[in-house]
Amino acid sequence: MADPNRTVVVTDGSNDASAVSGAAAGVQSSPKGEKGAGTDPSKMDQQTLAAVLQFLKNNKLRDAEAALRREAKLPDGNGDSGGSSRVATSGEVSLVLSAYESEGDLARYCEYYNSLSSFIESSLDAHKHELGCLLYPVFIHMYLQLVYNRHEKEAHKFFNRFSVEQEDWHQEDLRTLSTVKTREQMEGNDLMDTFRSSKFVLRMSRDSYQSLRRYLKQNEHRELLSILQDHLFIDVFDGVPRNREQVQATSGAMMGEARRDANKVKVLYGLPKEPDINVPLDDDDEGVEGEDKPKKKKQKKDLLLNKNKKADPNAPPPSRIPLPELKDADKLEKVLSWKEGLKRVPLGRENLPSICFYTLANAYQNVSAVGVSEDSSLLAAGFEDSNVRVWSLSPQRLRTMRNASELDQLDKEADDIVERMMDEKTAADSWLLHGHTGPVYSTSFSPDREQLLTSSEDGTVRLWSLHTYSNLVVYKGHNYPVWDVQFSPTGYYFVSGGHDRVARLWGTDQFQPIRMFVGHYSDVTCIQYHPNSNYVATGSSDRTVRLWDVLNGNCVRVMTGHKAAVHTLAWSPDGRYLASAGVDKNVLLWDIAYGRLLAEMKGHTDPIYSLCFSREGSILASGGIDNTVKIWDVQKVFEEIAGSDDLTSLDRASLVEVGSLLLGSFQTKATPVLKLHFSHRNLLLGCGRYQHS
Amino acid sequence: MSDRVLPDVTAESIKVIAESAGIGQLPDEAAAALAEDATYRLKQITQEAVKFMHHGKRRKLSTADFDNALKLKNVEPLYGFHAEEHIPFRFASGGGRELHFYEEKEVELGDIINAPLPRIPLDVNLKAHWLAIEGVQPSIPENPPPVPKEDQHAADRPPGVTAKPSGKDGTKPAGKPGKAEVKGLPSEVAGVKLKPVLTHELSVEQQLYYREITEACVGSCESRRAEALQSLATDPGLHQMIPRFSTFVCEGVRVNVVQSNLALLIYLMRMVKALMDNTTLHLEKYLHEVIPAVATCILSKQLCQRPDVDNHWALRDFAARLMGNMCRNFSSNINNIQSRMTKTYTKILHDEQSHLATRYGALAGLAEMGHDVVKSLLIPKLKEEGEKVKMLMEGPVHNSVDKTAAEHIRALLLKHCAPVLAKIRPGPDNQEQYKTDFGHLGPLLCAHVVKARQQQQQQQLQATTTTAAAASVVQRPTLQIPQGRASAVLSAMAAPRTPTPQPTTPSLLTISRPSTPANPPSTPTTPTPGTPNPQTKYIIVSTTKASTSTTLPSTSTISSSGLASSSSSAASTIVKFVSAAQGSASGGSEPRVLAQLPSGQKYVVVSVPSSGQTTTTSQGKTQAVVMVKSEGQGSQGQGSNTGITSAAGTLAQLATSSSQDSTKSSTGLQGGATPKPNS
Repeated sequence: MADPNRTVVVTDGSNDASAVSGAAAGVQSSPKGEKGAGTDPSKMDQQTLAAVLQFLKNNKLRDAEAALRREAKLPDGNGDSGGSSRVATSGEVSLVLSAYESEGDLARYCEYYNSLSSFIESSLDAHKHELGCLLYPVFIHMYLQLVYNRHEKEAHKFFNRFSVEQEDWHQEDLRTLSTVKTREQMEGNDLMDTFRSSKFVLRMSRDSYQSLRRYLKQNEHRELLSILQDHLFIDVFDGVPRNREQVQATSGAMMGEARRDANKVKVLYGLPKEPDINVPLDDDDEGVEGEDKPKKKKQKKDLLLNKNKKADPNAPPPSRIPLPELKDADKLEKVLSWKEGLKRVPLGRENLPSICFYTLANAYQNVSAVGVSEDSSLLAAGFEDSNVRVWSLSPQRLRTMRNASELDQLDKEADDIVERMMDEKTAADSWLLHGHTGPVYSTSFSPDREQLLTSSEDGTVRLWSLHTYSNLVVYKGHNYPVWDVQFSPTGYYFVSGGHDRVARLWGTDQFQPIRMFVGHYSDVTCIQYHPNSNYVATGSSDRTVRLWDVLNGNCVRVMTGHKAAVHTLAWSPDGRYLASAGVDKNVLLWDIAYGRLLAEMKGHTDPIYSLCFSREGSILASGGIDNTVKIWDVQKVFEEIAGSDDLTSLDRASLVEVGSLLLGSFQTKATPVLKLHFSHRNLLLGCGRYQHS
Repeated sequence: MSDRVLPDVTAESIKVIAESAGIGQLPDEAAAALAEDATYRLKQITQEAVKFMHHGKRRKLSTADFDNALKLKNVEPLYGFHAEEHIPFRFASGGGRELHFYEEKEVELGDIINAPLPRIPLDVNLKAHWLAIEGVQPSIPENPPPVPKEDQHAADRPPGVTAKPSGKDGTKPAGKPGKAEVKGLPSEVAGVKLKPVLTHELSVEQQLYYREITEACVGSCESRRAEALQSLATDPGLHQMIPRFSTFVCEGVRVNVVQSNLALLIYLMRMVKALMDNTTLHLEKYLHEVIPAVATCILSKQLCQRPDVDNHWALRDFAARLMGNMCRNFSSNINNIQSRMTKTYTKILHDEQSHLATRYGALAGLAEMGHDVVKSLLIPKLKEEGEKVKMLMEGPVHNSVDKTAAEHIRALLLKHCAPVLAKIRPGPDNQEQYKTDFGHLGPLLCAHVVKARQQQQQQQLQATTTTAAAASVVQRPTLQIPQGRASAVLSAMAAPRTPTPQPTTPSLLTISRPSTPANPPSTPTTPTPGTPNPQTKYIIVSTTKASTSTTLPSTSTISSSGLASSSSSAASTIVKFVSAAQGSASGGSEPRVLAQLPSGQKYVVVSVPSSGQTTTTSQGKTQAVVMVKSEGQGSQGQGSNTGITSAAGTLAQLATSSSQDSTKSSTGLQGGATPKPNS
């Protein structure tokens, strides 16, 4: 049985970085004590012998060393000699990588690994799958130790023999790993650094853990034990061991699963109360609408009031994050969009959406990003030749502002001043924005449609004015390619994420980021602002999705389950559910309240690059470079979990068993679906570039 | 795993590279160490480049991805690998070594600078269309065809397979096995496995479409016809209607050959061409109807009222070209269309009695089969034909009809044989030599060959200059630095500098019509889906509503009893099929004939029995042959067209199925298919 001390350490971690390291130290220390107690005399002798040999070696007493070896019947210690001579020659390097320094008998790693895998194979079916997760990290660290200690040949053999046994989704990392063949190459390899500096997280039921401990006690594999101590974090929980599906559902991330405690913080995912729209504006509308039926008008007002009165218990207090104050124009905007919403078509299993597809024709360069404004009136496409082009999707053509002298002559008190500011002569269907010096990977319109943000390979984020069609600000800070940028739903704030593994929160009027969200092990590939502006979701090529609190910059959710890089995210309109998809061709649906996986939607045949929930959240649309738009019935999932909202199953990812959720699949001729967007009336807009073969 | 590690840079490669860089003797150890490191770096860069590919939302890795990956690693990118075309690796071996290398040509700067500016590429534009309307994908050219061509094909192939639902989600199943019915031939016939008839139901929209298209195709308004043909050639989702169209064509040809109505025959052939042009259609299974019709238009003795004045030669040429295309596209080991058609043609040529027009058709048909056929079949006959032409033109009996025919034959032979001769005969061209070789046609042929040679030389010259220009253009971006804003603009301008149309220049989308350039995209709230598409008359959204639709047998035997009765000459005869249910509710199995005479135009309305006279599709070929045959007999009965008889007779041999049941069916059908004597 487990000693209580250890249990406490293992299960009580926290998301705080320092606490994690503390916990890790605890984990490290307790097994050490245990090992000391459990080692038998022969092992002790071996250690002593090794120490003596080392001493002789360091003092260049070659003959004595050889004699001792002969006597002790030890094989010629290549590894030791190599290791020690290196210690003498390059001190600093060893310090950095010394985690892999090992004095054990490296040549027997194959044996150890075999023994471990046969133990797992022979263990009870109930534990088999949980224990199976051990193999991959053990394999990696054994390989790296072999490489580090200059056993290139053995490493190669070890790799060839066991890499094929690893799960499919690890093969991508294994390919990266396979290129590392000498110790010199280990430095500066991102993946190596990650494996070295972070612990691989495994979750295991107590029963499985006990059987592992029994195994370790029986077969005193010191090296195995040290790998488990130094590089793995085993998160033990009480309960029934998970089955194969459950284990597979959440595995796949670069550094294993999320720690259980990482998802404990309460997330205020609800939407704040709609601000009261004052009456004069409504009167205005009445004036515009003229002698409209008064009865209908009344009804509308009631609806509006009802909506405002609803207060979500999960909503954050409105003052939690300082948000920009609503301007008159914003209020008008809200009223208009709400009115549009009244004409919305309800979607569901029976009512599939209509899809209007915008095809970019004659694009000489590939289109790498497409953005659509919230009210579906503007579309921006980023090209690989560093251009950005903005189109109007409405009959309203795009105009620039008049020049300064003309503006000066205008009557500033006029009601239609905004209209008068515009120069009718410049009206055009589209505007080209030059400025970036690399492929443009993301575009995002501000909610008021006056600004546009773009991010590019050149490491910058640029803010453009859609009044003058010129560049206003260049935000530098990422240095490496910026994969995604997005405005907050309230404007002013925006987030960007890129190759430097950091997501940054900015205010449009500041050159410096306001928050840095650090924690991903690889590129931050996509970003999605939570509808209530208090959180930011990020997807990464470390195959995790994280949720960050804008208030304090903490990571409040880590969700694992993707088997390849995540490339797109979408929030449900109520802010509780998050959908993610990417290179692994699966759409995953998450419940943010508990950070658990709800459903997996398979069907695409190529990477998915766009997701969108319908306006009332009953339908999810996904599109990718397999040229199809797929419609999923997420309402079914929501109904399912509403029925069985028990808190006991929250720790484990329990997929909702609902069968296929696919409602429809619509193929384009030869146009990858790069962007999907539901208009206020629930018309689905898609966009992509026609690829003539 | 070892096979995955294989793509390593070998020490030998490093040595070769070192040699090319001027380092003669690289020690083995150094080469091995370098090779290992190079492998590692290359793999690392490739893995980074894949990341850029994913973010560029592409499936293909590009050279720019490598540049970006190198930049990421703080390495100066490689400049100059931005050619849009494939960069070929050349292979060379020698001295016990095998090498793959990239040929780098020296580029004359002056040539590039002085090269004429190419067309400005078309601007990027945004075009909207409906991908789905309330969950149903409309059949418009912008969307993929509802049933991919492969599926149409597959549905046809396995003989035992019955009706296969062709629609995927929205469209209804194409065939209903329950309604399939085999008539006339009891399915218990020993050992003969009969394929049930596939019946297709056409929705009301499809019926409307069919009517509009057929009326427009043979009507008098040229602009409407152009629209209709355009629709036939581009619209996806017509596959359910091809049986009707092919029957329409074949029946139309049959009637109009008797009528000698040249204009209509031309229209019908244009329909065939349009159908062939439609990339979403799978015509193969309707060849049994189409080929006899086209062959008739090539070979028939009389195609027009006044053979001396009317230019029926053009129709023969056009039809021959169609036939050539069909042979190229559809000929296979099983149906052997090409060899069977060739046999038909040669047989006519061997027959001394064959009519001149028919001869012309056979010659034209052979000429369109391609150079090899011309070489092996036409050129040996030149002398013989030349004599015939000579006799007709200079002979004692001056018949203007024969004379024009001879002139046309001569022109045809010269036109098609000269280029081939220019290729296969070594120069110089000697009049006398030609005379001895080719007889009467010799001198003329010689002149043509000389001309053809000159043309070919010119073309070659042009080709070389264009490739040179193209090559220089390909090289051009290598002079740019593909980084930075300005250079990006430069390369964007430079690359499309191609004098010849080629894949680099983005061509107009197939779906965007030239008539509507740069459509203002419609508002999302009130989208106007089909607006920018004047050609598409009908967007068939759903194909349901079985209640109003009627069933038509896929290979409907249209009783031609009515055709002859209406064969009193008219300016233009239009054959139009009306389904039985529309024609009359009660007269299901009785073929009904309605004739209207609106202002000189004659509509022959043939009503098709709904499920009456159906034959199995497997016997369609035989049936079609019967059609031609009976037509031949019909014309024989009228005593005017003997030429067709021979054509039809030979065509009858085309039918593969000479098996027992096919003859049975053909005899069974003959009675119905033979036209009544002229009233």
